[in-house]
Amino acid sequence: MNKVYSHIESITGNVISVRAENIAYGELAEVSSRYGSSLAETIRLDGDMVFLQVFAGGRGVSTGDEVRFLGHPMQVSFSDNLLGRIFNGAGAPRDGGPSLADNLITIGGPSVNPYKRIIPREMIRTGIPMIDVFNTLVKSQKLPIFSVSGEPYNQLLARIAMQAEVDLIVLGGMGLKYDDYLFFRDTLEEGGSLAKTIMFVHTAADPVVECLQVPDLALAVAEKFALRGKNVLVLLTDMTNFADALKEISITQEQVPSNRGYPGDLYSQLAARYEKAVDFADAGSITTLAVTTMPGDDVTHPIPDNTGYITEGQFYLHGGRIEPFGSLSRLKQMVNGKTRDDHRAIMDGMVKLFAAYRDTLEKKSMGFQMTAWDRKLLKYGELFESSMMDLSVNIPLEKALDEGWRILAACFEPRETGLRSDLIQKFWPARSAGSEAARA
Amino acid sequence: MIQKQGQVVAVNGNMVSVRFDGDVAMNEVAYIHSNEKRLKSEVIRIRGDEAQVQVYEMTKGLRIGDSVEFSGEMLSVELGPGLLGQIYDGLQNPLPEIAEKKGFFLESGVYLQALSKTQKWAFTPAAKVGDALKRGDSLGSVPERHFLHQIMLPFDFYGSWKLVEIAAAGDYAIDDTIAVVEDSRGNRKNVSMTFSWPVKRAIDCYAERLKPAQPMVTKTRIIDTFFPVAKGGTYCIPGPFGAGKTVLQQVTSRYADVDIVIIAACGERAGEVVETLKEFPEITDPRTGRSLIERTIIICNTSSMPVASREASVYTAVTLAEYYRQMGLDVLLLADSTSRWAQAMREMSGRLEEIPGEEAFPAYLESVIAAFYERAGIVRLADGRKGSVTIGGTVSPAGGNFEEPVTQATLKVVGAFHGLSRERSDARKYPAIHPLDSWSKYPGIMPADVVRYAHAFLERSAEVGAMMKVVGEEGTSLDDYVLYLKGEFLDAVYLQQNSFDPVDASVSPGRQKAMFRIALEILGAALQLKDKDDARSWFYEVRQAFLDLNGSAEGSDLYASSLAKIKAALAERKPEYDAEARRALARLE
Ligand SMILES: Nc1ncnc2c1ncn2[C@@H]1O[C@H](COP(=O)(O)OP(=O)(O)OP(=O)(O)O)[C@@H](O)[C@H]1O
Ligand SMILES: [Mg+2]
Repeated sequence: MNKVYSHIESITGNVISVRAENIAYGELAEVSSRYGSSLAETIRLDGDMVFLQVFAGGRGVSTGDEVRFLGHPMQVSFSDNLLGRIFNGAGAPRDGGPSLADNLITIGGPSVNPYKRIIPREMIRTGIPMIDVFNTLVKSQKLPIFSVSGEPYNQLLARIAMQAEVDLIVLGGMGLKYDDYLFFRDTLEEGGSLAKTIMFVHTAADPVVECLQVPDLALAVAEKFALRGKNVLVLLTDMTNFADALKEISITQEQVPSNRGYPGDLYSQLAARYEKAVDFADAGSITTLAVTTMPGDDVTHPIPDNTGYITEGQFYLHGGRIEPFGSLSRLKQMVNGKTRDDHRAIMDGMVKLFAAYRDTLEKKSMGFQMTAWDRKLLKYGELFESSMMDLSVNIPLEKALDEGWRILAACFEPRETGLRSDLIQKFWPARSAGSEAARA
Repeated sequence: MIQKQGQVVAVNGNMVSVRFDGDVAMNEVAYIHSNEKRLKSEVIRIRGDEAQVQVYEMTKGLRIGDSVEFSGEMLSVELGPGLLGQIYDGLQNPLPEIAEKKGFFLESGVYLQALSKTQKWAFTPAAKVGDALKRGDSLGSVPERHFLHQIMLPFDFYGSWKLVEIAAAGDYAIDDTIAVVEDSRGNRKNVSMTFSWPVKRAIDCYAERLKPAQPMVTKTRIIDTFFPVAKGGTYCIPGPFGAGKTVLQQVTSRYADVDIVIIAACGERAGEVVETLKEFPEITDPRTGRSLIERTIIICNTSSMPVASREASVYTAVTLAEYYRQMGLDVLLLADSTSRWAQAMREMSGRLEEIPGEEAFPAYLESVIAAFYERAGIVRLADGRKGSVTIGGTVSPAGGNFEEPVTQATLKVVGAFHGLSRERSDARKYPAIHPLDSWSKYPGIMPADVVRYAHAFLERSAEVGAMMKVVGEEGTSLDDYVLYLKGEFLDAVYLQQNSFDPVDASVSPGRQKAMFRIALEILGAALQLKDKDDARSWFYEVRQAFLDLNGSAEGSDLYASSLAKIKAALAERKPEYDAEARRALARLE
């Protein structure tokens, strides 16, 4: 039924054109060349010219190759059979399993009516004090980890995925190193989470156009599960590769770049994906954790910059730790008022003191004299770093709060902490050096 | 006008080329028929027999040859009673009704009536048969929420009219004819309670535009005292991500001393609008004793909604603002973020392959921004009443750097600049408006010379602070150090304000004056302080008392005791005032 075209008019980068009629904008085609066949998507119509972006790239495509239109846009199969499976950016299996073709759904669907959203209200526990105490993750939040290459961001992502109480994990890998892909697969397998995980993985060796499909595939599937009442955690790593793929493609299409080569619609493109995070009024939810590696550790680079304007905060992973400064969960106040009555006070109080510690460090490095107060701060800072910031610490929120009081009591007198006296009375550890000093 | 037809000849993203016969107007609305849907679009370029339209929807599924119907109308909004409390998308589709009909998602091609056709309004006529009328003149009114909604002669009824019939007092739906008017040649026209107006044309039925001179009180101290906004004025809030633009606008939308607030959520997060639309119905407006949502209209075109309607959304919002201004009301329009609107223009300009300007923004960026802010203003209406539209827009500069086209173009046209700084928001000094970079050209609630006097302390304190970073505390004189502490003090107790504290969140002008005077008594005083440690601990003590004061309601025990504490601490240090300080204090009596 679908007509086959056997003359390609032009090939520029990954884009080919054929003369064809009655083709829908966004329609898929299959391009068969001697290197195998690839999907291609209609990205422009001009009279009877149809421009297609070839997923596998334009390399090796000949003007005599065949183009067969499929009569539908990009789709993905949606069913419980997806669980435990691994696919590539074209939606084909990469785990040797059977390809799935039942119950196809279109990807990149419309956005949720804001009126149908609800105010986020549930905490996601991670066992990481820097998150649970200081920048609480909230169900339906969209949050990137800002980092640089070399930092253990994928380890952090995998760890949160393993510990978060969610029904389902959808991993979207973009430009993933093969080792990292294996790392995710093995970690999830060892942790027993593979059976509730679906992976769409584009590796660094795969064609760049497929990279662009990954978030849409992952989010389309996640959305359907969420509508079925599941709480889904979507992991996207690394969104910088996604943005770079956008850049590469827009430049080969001779679009005028806006900022350092990135297309003018970078913000809208990223927002279309991140805004899929949602809590449905009477169904499930999507929480999105992403990785954004910052080129040159520069937060003003267009990718982290545009991301920061879209997401609900960010975790700043630096030197193997989540930094209290630069990290922000914008939704934390929606949940941290109803955890434990000392949660907010500990969060604010400890960070303020940590800021004072950083100032003291600076003073020290400049050779200024250390006062008694400075020495207390130095002790405090070291304890804070080892028992709160170190990523190997894995304790529930309540334990972490107790630990916070213990650290404060080990370093300060109650009134030096600036904490409210009713909280001090309730939570200040009874037998400690600090409180004895206070009594003396 | 006869309806024109056309056919799709090219599709590129949300820009579609259409071949047509006959005449097509620039900015005319066209509908593309595709897959049993009607997709709304706007003509943005005409060349020969081809028009380029920007489609307000996703264009997936369009085909060459799809038929196009030109409406003959420019993109317009419906005006009439029932707008207040509504939540619309950028094209004035009511989102709650769409949710009811279509469920979770915003499917393309769904357009619903902006105003209820069945709801009845209690009309009271005011004009009399025989009256001479001009466009914008009131025919009568209906109560809408807290206001008397004026039913006006539609704004496109140019020329002079005579009233020949007017409905008796009673209940009418918006489409019912409530008056008949006749022009000089005897042509008669029916008038109902609703009419439409093209969003990209400013409503201009007023006698005179006045100079914005009266403050629009926001109840945020740093704004009202230091960087005031006038009714009918314009201001912008640029700042890097997370600096607090949205929170500042949310606070303003709650407490601003205006009749009506229009919130344009333009290309930002859906979640933020959800907070407003779920919370506002629950909050009581102290001015009226009714729920806050009743004085609010939300135009919500968030970042994942179609880009072209994002571009339209700010115009939809400002047109609704102008409409209520015509009733003699003070309207505040808050747009978050104007950068997203500018980016929508940039995307379209790119598709049109226009020659790009800086950062690929179109060359006309500046003039378009200027024209938008020009729609603010305070006007004297034909009947002598005054109405105003105040516009406040956030700007989201790339990399947080204000040297970029949208910030710069905006700064050229606004009357006040509230620049948020990363440094201040990182230090949790909210609202993070930078006190040294920001400015306002409007008169505020305090005498300007006293404000300048206080501001000088901030400047000198910052200078000492910078110097101290180099030479250390040791190398700074006691006098300089006290100056430094005074600036920090004013910052902590007056510039910073806790938006989440029930008392501190909104401070009336009267209370601002009282607090400002107390702060000045401390700033202006020469104090007996022994050394730096003594100075520091004295200022910390007074600061703590002042913060307690800020958080306590007038008349409460804490209020009285904190005030007494401050006075006592001050008296202890035998304050002396020079002539300048005495003059400033006297000005605040
Ligand atoms: N006045 C304030 N008081 C307390 N916290 C604040 C205040 N303003 C901002 N914040 C904190 O900063 C966060 C970000 O603020 P906000 O959303 O207003 O930033 P923004 O400038 O609009 O950022 P973006 O450009 O990304 O939209 C808030 O979630 C809140 O945690
Ligand atoms: Mg914002």
